[in-house]
Amino acid sequence: MKILNLLKIAYRSLTKNKLRVLLTMLGIIIGVASVIAMLAIGQGSKQNIQASMASLGINSVMIFPGSSNMGGVRMGAGSYSTLTQKDAEVIAARCDFVTDVTPVVSKSSQIIAGNQNWHANVTGALSQYFSIRNLTIAQGNIYTTTDERTAAKVCVIGQTVSTNLFGAGNNPVGKYIRINSIPFKVIGLLAVKGQNTFGQDQDDVVIAPFATVMKRMLSTLYVNSILASATSEKDIDKVKDQVTTLLRIQHKLTPADQDDFTVRSQADIANTFESISNVLTILLACIASISLIVGGIGIMNIMLVSVTERTREIGIRMAVGAKSRDVLFQFIIESIFISVLGGIIGITLGVIISMLVGKFGGWPVVITPESIILSFAFSSAVGIFFGWYPARKASNLNPIDALRYE
Amino acid sequence: MEQGNELIVVKNMAKTYKLGDMEVNALRDVSLTINKGDFVAIMGPSGSGKSTFMNIIGCLDYHPAKGEYTLDGVDVFKMNKDQLAELRNKKIGFIFQSFNILARTSAIENVELPMLYNSSVDSKERKERALAALKSVGLAERAGHMPNQLSGGQQQRVAIARSLVNNPLVIMADEPTGNLDTRNSYDIMEIFQDMNDKGITIVMVTHETDIAQFAKSNILFRDGMIVSNEIVKDRKIAKLEIPKLPILDKNDILT
Ligand SMILES: Nc1ncnc2c1ncn2[C@@H]1O[C@H](COP(=O)(O)OP(=O)(O)OP(=O)(O)O)[C@@H](O)[C@H]1O
Ligand SMILES: [Mg+2]
Repeated sequence: MKILNLLKIAYRSLTKNKLRVLLTMLGIIIGVASVIAMLAIGQGSKQNIQASMASLGINSVMIFPGSSNMGGVRMGAGSYSTLTQKDAEVIAARCDFVTDVTPVVSKSSQIIAGNQNWHANVTGALSQYFSIRNLTIAQGNIYTTTDERTAAKVCVIGQTVSTNLFGAGNNPVGKYIRINSIPFKVIGLLAVKGQNTFGQDQDDVVIAPFATVMKRMLSTLYVNSILASATSEKDIDKVKDQVTTLLRIQHKLTPADQDDFTVRSQADIANTFESISNVLTILLACIASISLIVGGIGIMNIMLVSVTERTREIGIRMAVGAKSRDVLFQFIIESIFISVLGGIIGITLGVIISMLVGKFGGWPVVITPESIILSFAFSSAVGIFFGWYPARKASNLNPIDALRYE
Repeated sequence: MEQGNELIVVKNMAKTYKLGDMEVNALRDVSLTINKGDFVAIMGPSGSGKSTFMNIIGCLDYHPAKGEYTLDGVDVFKMNKDQLAELRNKKIGFIFQSFNILARTSAIENVELPMLYNSSVDSKERKERALAALKSVGLAERAGHMPNQLSGGQQQRVAIARSLVNNPLVIMADEPTGNLDTRNSYDIMEIFQDMNDKGITIVMVTHETDIAQFAKSNILFRDGMIVSNEIVKDRKIAKLEIPKLPILDKNDILT
């Protein structure tokens, strides 16, 4: 059997049944388009999480007071008072794989400048905080060790705070603000960072020297957390181990005691959120797969409805000399054509939908080649299976039974 | 009777259909020889096994039948499905009562169909032969028409052109005029007689005695057996009979 003849047979059959071809294709188009759009949305949220995690400083390690696996009523890490400035100093002095360390305290405060007021979280930390958190300065400077030693009343503010107190586009550096009635000089403005993954505005911050906040604003011995950065990403686990060992000694814990602190790396948190986002992606993919399967059932429906006509057609073809495999090849070629063309249209549609979602939905979308290949392969399989199955049945019929099929 | 002249040799053919517990003996014991150049009309009451017989000798029924069947010297019952397909393609032309041409497919494409399954014919030759076949049944002008644009008689002539196009040895026709009026039936008989004159063997089932009169011999089936096989004495010639038919409408006449 000449391949050219088979192509001609399939071509003629397809052009004779345009509506059927179109309806069959529709199932595939919708299926492929939805898989691509769903995966693009899922993938987009995943990359969004990764990006904002990286912007927090991928090498950073956080130490919170309180145990992550304490029984009973959980109050959330940070509600306990076990960490001190001394702990941070010990880590800085004794931990090999740590570059920067800072204790961190924070207090939610009323901030006033002129006749404007604003409410923000005031963070007290050493100047290393900026490098650990990957914060860059847009205007002015960060504070110095002298400011730290003298507990100088200076601060660095974020863009949101600046805009609300001084108006958009105005340089706040050199101006004064009052935090809980204490006057502070603004010496730096942070570069814009935007929202993090959890929707928190990372520009709504005021950062002041640790000593200043500790001594002038708080009256406590304990810090909210300790922030450190590892020498490199691969040393994070070593840092976590060393910090744990050091703090257990420092806190005089016996082997029977649980840790009264929790060490978390940025990567741990990123992993948690990545796995959440993976679940989301899988969920979306499942929904999309269902639409593919529904599309496949649609194809089968159309094939089954047309099977009477097609069975007689097969009978006629066999009566004039078509072998079973000629008939099968014809149907396979038809199915491949429908799947491939439907797949291409579906991909185009899926990409357009994804881009529209990205543009108007404010949702990040990422179209990966894998999602295109996956949906295309799956839809082709569905199309070919559902198209080919009734044909295979018919091509195994006795010619006279096919001819007489009612 | 010369040996080399035998086209179809059937010996003790029997066929039983099973429908659940019930068995239908459609053919009991049929032996028959049809020579090259014969024009045989098979008659008999409904259910006597005529179609069953035709489908077996036309290689359309893959389910086994008892007995022996030789077509043009080859033992058909020993062939596999692909070889049977080849036989149907090259040696047999089948014509059905219900025309069985592809819907939404032009006359010429329907006629080209057997040649698409015959790899020895290229596309140029395919077109030429399809047109020639349509011309021989008087439908050259209708080559591009779809089946729904053709009358029943014309559709049956498309089917005949299709059966002729691979130059078969034998045409097998199961009630070819069953759905047609007298005039169209006679037109078909004219084509059959022309083909027969050119040497093609014809085996035709019919219920109508006047149609059977166009054949050279008549075989009578009853209860799955042949009860008589006679030469037609006053054989009708279609070319002479058609002018005698009453003219109802000028448009009925073939041009
Ligand atoms: N596929 C089948 N399955 C079961 N029984 C069948 C089948 N085909 C035919 N028969 C039975 O076999 C017998 C012969 O049928 P066949 O079609 O050969 O008759 P026929 O002579 O062609 O009749 P008609 O003149 O009505 O066309 C009938 O009793 C019929 O019911
Ligand atoms: Mg019959």
